[in-house]
Amino acid sequence: MKRLVLILLLLATPLMAVEPDEVLSDPALEARARDVSKGLRCLVCRNESIDESNASLARDLRLLLRERLVAGDSDQQAIDFIVARYGEYVLLKPDTRGANWLLWAAGPLMLLMAGGVGLAYLRGREKAGSDGEPPLSDEEQARLRDILRQ
Amino acid sequence: MAAYTIYMITELGHFALILAFGVAIVQMVVPMIGAYRRLPGWMAVAEPAAGAQFALTALSFGALMWAFITSDFSLRLVVANSHSAKPLLYKISGTWGNHEGSMLLWVLIVTLFGALAAWFGGGLPPTLRARVLSVQSAIAVAFFAFILFTSNPFLRLATPPFDGQDLNPLLQDPGLAFHPPFLYLGYVGLSMSFSFAVAALIEGRIDAAWGRWVRPWTLAAWIFLTIGIALGSWWAYYELGWGGFWFWDPVENASFMPWLLAAALLHSAIVVEKRESLKSWTILLAILAFGFSLIGTFIVRSGLLTSVHAFANDPERGVFILMIMALFMGGALVLFALRAGAMEAKGVFGVVSRESALVVNNLLLAVACFVVFVGTMWPLLAEMFFDRKLSVGPPFFNAAFTPFMVALGLVMPIGSVMPWKRARIGAALWPLRYVFVLALAVAGLAFAMQSGRSMLGPMGLFLGAWLIMGTGVELALRTGRGSNRLQRLRRLPRADWGKATAHAGLGVTIAGVAGLTAWSVDDIRVAQLNEPFNVGSYTLTLTGVEDVRGPNYLSTMGQVTLAQDGREIAQLKPEKRFYPVAQMPTTEAAIDYNLLRDVYVVIGDKQNNGGWAVRTYIKPLTNWIWIGCAMMALGGLLSLTDRRFRVAAGNRDKAQAVVPAE
Repeated sequence: MKRLVLILLLLATPLMAVEPDEVLSDPALEARARDVSKGLRCLVCRNESIDESNASLARDLRLLLRERLVAGDSDQQAIDFIVARYGEYVLLKPDTRGANWLLWAAGPLMLLMAGGVGLAYLRGREKAGSDGEPPLSDEEQARLRDILRQ
Repeated sequence: MAAYTIYMITELGHFALILAFGVAIVQMVVPMIGAYRRLPGWMAVAEPAAGAQFALTALSFGALMWAFITSDFSLRLVVANSHSAKPLLYKISGTWGNHEGSMLLWVLIVTLFGALAAWFGGGLPPTLRARVLSVQSAIAVAFFAFILFTSNPFLRLATPPFDGQDLNPLLQDPGLAFHPPFLYLGYVGLSMSFSFAVAALIEGRIDAAWGRWVRPWTLAAWIFLTIGIALGSWWAYYELGWGGFWFWDPVENASFMPWLLAAALLHSAIVVEKRESLKSWTILLAILAFGFSLIGTFIVRSGLLTSVHAFANDPERGVFILMIMALFMGGALVLFALRAGAMEAKGVFGVVSRESALVVNNLLLAVACFVVFVGTMWPLLAEMFFDRKLSVGPPFFNAAFTPFMVALGLVMPIGSVMPWKRARIGAALWPLRYVFVLALAVAGLAFAMQSGRSMLGPMGLFLGAWLIMGTGVELALRTGRGSNRLQRLRRLPRADWGKATAHAGLGVTIAGVAGLTAWSVDDIRVAQLNEPFNVGSYTLTLTGVEDVRGPNYLSTMGQVTLAQDGREIAQLKPEKRFYPVAQMPTTEAAIDYNLLRDVYVVIGDKQNNGGWAVRTYIKPLTNWIWIGCAMMALGGLLSLTDRRFRVAAGNRDKAQAVVPAE
């Protein structure tokens, strides 16, 4: 039994993400490869980049990417090469083409809108002090706080 | 006979669950009618019902846990998620390490909060209390129905197997054993804020007292969420084997969104409590915060967005939760639309004031939450409406989310020192001038020491220093002038200490995240036995690799000596484990923890031409991330134990007097 388990142990999928034999000898090129592969999705994994993944497909993609970089591609060219083959699904950072601008603009647009509403509200609060009934004086506020505290 | 009784426990648990469902229906209906018709007897049903509901659910949960502990393989759930050789801790945690059990835990916590509200809610006006407990029970009813009709944990097998299929080995870890309960306490704790909001809307009255009542529940939920998220992130860091702490995974986002909204809610409830303003916004936040908890549950349970966490992908269950969500959110929002207009703000304040600083806080947190939401849902939306299959991963979130946190960090110390009602920017900035310069100096130093890399690290350190020292200034200002300042500092309300601790904690976390992200070093190589290699300023030597047998796994354990300047610092034992029952390998990284840096070693496969694959990381300031989280949770706890809450909770007569007569 123990022997069987040991055999299974040896057959188990490799646990490492980037394997030593993949590493390029040129450190600058390797650093670029690592950087780019952090932005590419392992297609068979759940939300992992090929840099982190242990899947064999991720390894294939890492090797392919390194081949392209060694062949002299720029980062963008290498990414385009892979996107052309695997679709934009492979990009962990979606581009801004088409409807994707909505995704990228969602935060700033929302901030502008909410900021407008917030400012209008604050203005209203300030104005409420100048007309309408007078606010409680500090003394009254202090008394109120005392009452509330009891 | 005795054995027979023991096997009955499962049936008792099942029966208790059905009974609890019945009690929950009564508690949902009767007090609500009682509050409407002003019938004290009907309203009074809520309190014993809440207690009974909790007791029955606890009994049911206990029965399921018993089945896991005793490895009762006649239960389908136990077979699928346990194994007789599993250590006791993981037998216990296996109870909630699966879909059915985790939903039972969920509803247990709903009833727990309901019971706590019944026991400690003596100071609430009777009608509000009856309505709160009724709404809380409605949530419980929905989830009891969900469990009983789609996810029953007590189903038996006709022919029990000899042994189980084991729990996912990744989940067999002390950090993760307690991650779900904390997270659920947080998620579900927000149900209490929701119940208070809906009850207040039905009641048609929201005043300062309401703000005070809802705040402790929100605080408690937020504390638990903070701990739960931190535990999960810490687990991911040491268990997944590449030292990341946050992956912007849909399920992580699902827990992060309620956290952001709960943080916003905490702050806006202060404005309701102290200044009787921002009422309708606070109500809306309370509804949305729980809404995001439900969305989170939906995301995890439906398998709509796949993730490592989703252990049950079942469309039928997803639809059921979607219905629950639509019912509660839809109902609450309609009620909000009808009633929000009636909640007039009373407090008057200037555009520059503590109030407006808290509005800015809410703005940033809510929009940040919105960004996370859009990013999480975008792949789905893009596929549905634009026919594009795409991914939204960490690079997007890092770019789109971080600016809001930076802005928040920048304004936080300024807002904290502003007075209520009316402030001057200049007067608020002036006491912070030294801190600003010091923080800049820290950033400058960091920039000078690093070699021409990104601005991320220095910026993060600047923010961290600005926040930490900013809270110091704030505390100093609170003590006034002259002598006896130390004494006054000691006598500051715990809420002030809580605020300072939590704010400084955020600074510590930000510094940690920046340090880890900007200055992490890694090294991948084939290490030969007894041949030292250098990573950064450290020397590592793989001195041996042996096979070790664990209770339910086999391990390949490396022995690595870590040295610096010729002096040995630590012996590290990175492991590669294999769980034969689940047929799954896991990595157990060996980490030398230190306040300034972690050295993180992972062992990989034996290489064909000798040696072992070894990955080494130097990760600066990593532990600050979790120390900061612990500080935030501690700050929340200090705030929660502030006198004004203790008095309100402990003394019914006095608390009663707080309710303003109308």
